[in-house]
Amino acid sequence: MVNGTARVADGVLESDSLLTMLRERLDLPGSKGACEQGECGSCSVYLDGVLVCSCLVLAAQADGHGVLTVEGLADGDRLDPVQQAFIDAGAVQCGFCTPGLVLAAHDLLGRHRDPSDLEIREALAGNLCRCTGYEKVLDAVRLALARRSR
Amino acid sequence: MASSGTRTLVRGRIGELVLRPDGVPKVTGAFQFASDLSREGMAWGVTVRSPHAHARIAAIDVSEAAALHGVLAVLTHADVPGRKTYGMEHHDQPVLAWDEVRYEGEPVVIVAAVDLETARLAAARVRVHYEELPVVTWDDGIVLRHVPIRHGDQEVSAEVVVSGTYEVGMQDQAFLGPESGLAIPAEDGGIDLHVATQWLHVDQEQVAASTGLTLEQTRLHLAGVGGAFGGREDVSMQIHASLLALRSGRPVKMVYTREESFYGHVHRHPARMRYEHGATRDGRLVYVKADVLLDGGAYASSSPAVVSNAATFAVGPYRVESATIDATVTLTNNPPCGAMRGFGAVQVAFAHEAQMDRLAAALGIDPVDLRIANALTTGDRMITGQLVEGPAPVAELLERLRAMPLPPDTAMLPSDQRDLPGGLANVTHGEGVRRGVGYAIGFKNIGFSEGFDDYATARVRVSLVDGAPRVEVHTAACEVGQGLVTVLAQIARTELEIADVVVLQADTLVGSAGSTSASRQTWMTGGAVRLACEAVRARLHELSPERHVEETAEHHHRPTVPLDPVTGQGDSVVALAFAAHRAVADVDCELGLVRVVEIATSQDVGRIINPIQCEGQIQGGIAQGLGLAVMEEIQLGAGRIRNASFTDYLIPTVLDMPTVRLDILETPHPLAPYGLNGVGEPPTIASTPAVVAALRDASGIALARVPVRPEDLTTSSSSVSSS
Ligand code: FES
Ligand code: FES
Repeated sequence: MVNGTARVADGVLESDSLLTMLRERLDLPGSKGACEQGECGSCSVYLDGVLVCSCLVLAAQADGHGVLTVEGLADGDRLDPVQQAFIDAGAVQCGFCTPGLVLAAHDLLGRHRDPSDLEIREALAGNLCRCTGYEKVLDAVRLALARRSR
Repeated sequence: MASSGTRTLVRGRIGELVLRPDGVPKVTGAFQFASDLSREGMAWGVTVRSPHAHARIAAIDVSEAAALHGVLAVLTHADVPGRKTYGMEHHDQPVLAWDEVRYEGEPVVIVAAVDLETARLAAARVRVHYEELPVVTWDDGIVLRHVPIRHGDQEVSAEVVVSGTYEVGMQDQAFLGPESGLAIPAEDGGIDLHVATQWLHVDQEQVAASTGLTLEQTRLHLAGVGGAFGGREDVSMQIHASLLALRSGRPVKMVYTREESFYGHVHRHPARMRYEHGATRDGRLVYVKADVLLDGGAYASSSPAVVSNAATFAVGPYRVESATIDATVTLTNNPPCGAMRGFGAVQVAFAHEAQMDRLAAALGIDPVDLRIANALTTGDRMITGQLVEGPAPVAELLERLRAMPLPPDTAMLPSDQRDLPGGLANVTHGEGVRRGVGYAIGFKNIGFSEGFDDYATARVRVSLVDGAPRVEVHTAACEVGQGLVTVLAQIARTELEIADVVVLQADTLVGSAGSTSASRQTWMTGGAVRLACEAVRARLHELSPERHVEETAEHHHRPTVPLDPVTGQGDSVVALAFAAHRAVADVDCELGLVRVVEIATSQDVGRIINPIQCEGQIQGGIAQGLGLAVMEEIQLGAGRIRNASFTDYLIPTVLDMPTVRLDILETPHPLAPYGLNGVGEPPTIASTPAVVAALRDASGIALARVPVRPEDLTTSSSSVSSS
């Protein structure tokens, strides 16, 4: 299951990562590969509700499991509040890190009602961003939290 | 559009907080980066690179690779139909090496195959026979350009003299989106190349020259760019993918891996610098002598311009009676170096700011007071003899910075273990932690210097769509993440009072916009859009459902001249921009661990065009300055890169990057459209020396090299000397 739909991938190699399968075999290039070593978090997806680096998961390991990618986060045209907050706070520049950061923030909000600044930073520490200096990414998370508690 | 006195202004003009038009596709994953492109029948290209830093190529055997099932093309230098070399200024870099390889990672053979796995397999079967040659590094490099500056009396002496030697390591741009593109053969025998780049037309010229196609047959289209920071100004896979597509008759995609990316683009020049500052006892700068040596690596790239900047900005934004500067860039067998954010000003800022602190200490003067007392201001002359005509609010920026509140001092009793330098990895109770504060200021040129006319072109069309006017802005200016697409639309709305503005994808079907570098694009292409809009506005009465109005305009900045090759004098720069930084850092002096607590900045941006994007540039630029200060370095051994991965080449994470306290000054620049100024690079110049000044303040160690490593903070040895 990928983004709520049962998917069959053709031509998957034994050596394919989940990231490669998503991008190259299932036409879901929203998850990004900036290191393919588990260092940057750009490839983050949910696997059975747990945030993972899809570059570190073999495609075969996802067989029969539920995958949620950034493409599946919005409800049709209605953005997830985290996505909207990223836009509104100016947390998106080049956007290459954005799918991963959006999912990491989404995961944090799902786990925490009221995370402290340090907890927010820790939750995002596995995601590299080279453009923003993270300040507006933190703003985005705080904005999403504030909107949720309204 | 008839104007009436009561008409309300359209929203989304310059100065307003306008959200970027590509924000939604970027948060949903729908935005297409160059690495996301695909086409029916697409093949994959892979590059075979030299494993040696310097070697003679004795033989290349591609037969085994070519015989592999699914391989479409295996090309060597013999298959380059046109010019066999490329380069932005000097065409000195082989498209594919023939007789010699001059750096580790230099491309030798390219392969296209039906899929990536086959292409990689074939690449592994290419046999290149090398005979290794001696590796030339720092000490015996060949001089590519030497820029001397002789300013004022050359036989001066001073009451107080401080000197020091400083070193800057090789920094990587580390943009997250890897080099990538898709070359599609066209029916006219030409090529459509979709690529992540900073300057479409300079790529176009190089692709055309090497493929043997005409410029008309070589059409470049900007694909989604995942950051650039100078690292995409040189060609990477552009020519290779085009050659493979032409040979195989198929669309060919190339995407570098992260490791390959470290070999696939130029880096920031490492520098070795010797400085001597002389001053009067009351703190007036009398002279600065500096020897600056930059390692250009194996090919020229933009080294001649980088070394010119290093010389021009060598003393910092200060008034000084005499200067004797010798800045040199050499060719070696290290990885080629070229453009990176700050472009030559970064390296010298680390040295001149360390020197100002040393001088202040020797004089017993507050370091900020010393800087203010010698601050460059409008009407002064730079060491190149050029009159500073635009704003130069050096003293004001420093005063404002100093007036900003300091963060509470929790160094001695952090409330949370995680607030200690090193975080949870710090197993102490913070007993060795000391706090330090450091200040620095820097400046650089906006736009290209030394006689280069880096104009920009814009085409603006207004048409009626369902009875309502729509503006289309077409330029070749590269959006690399900074938000140019937002700003160009804001300018069009401001000029035309039309809300519906679409910025078209950049391509070479319109004239050059110059490079997205030198902090110039809002000024230059923004200026061209404004001019085109003005021309359109004058003709809006012609607009009808049957007839659109379209105008194309070029924006040129004022002319500059090359520096005199003997004296280094000349009006070489268009304009200057300034930023000052204050860093507060905690250092665990026993463990050598660092936590940067806060960075405050005062920066003059001329005029804010988009507040959120302006802030984003400043925050992001500071993060790269912090990276150079405490962690980022490409480590070399005999020309080989030892840390070509994000596991070993570290860039700041959200845990490394502190809160940034912003103070944005708006002093209108008289030469620029709307009084704006370049914003992107100044944050990356003085942030590095400010952080290191804070580390010196905390540790009491001289710290003459960046990045500062833990062992530098626990030993008191240092190469800095004082006389
Ligand atoms: S691509 Fe998976 S962590 Fe970087
Ligand atoms: S926005 Fe470019 S890497 Fe984060």
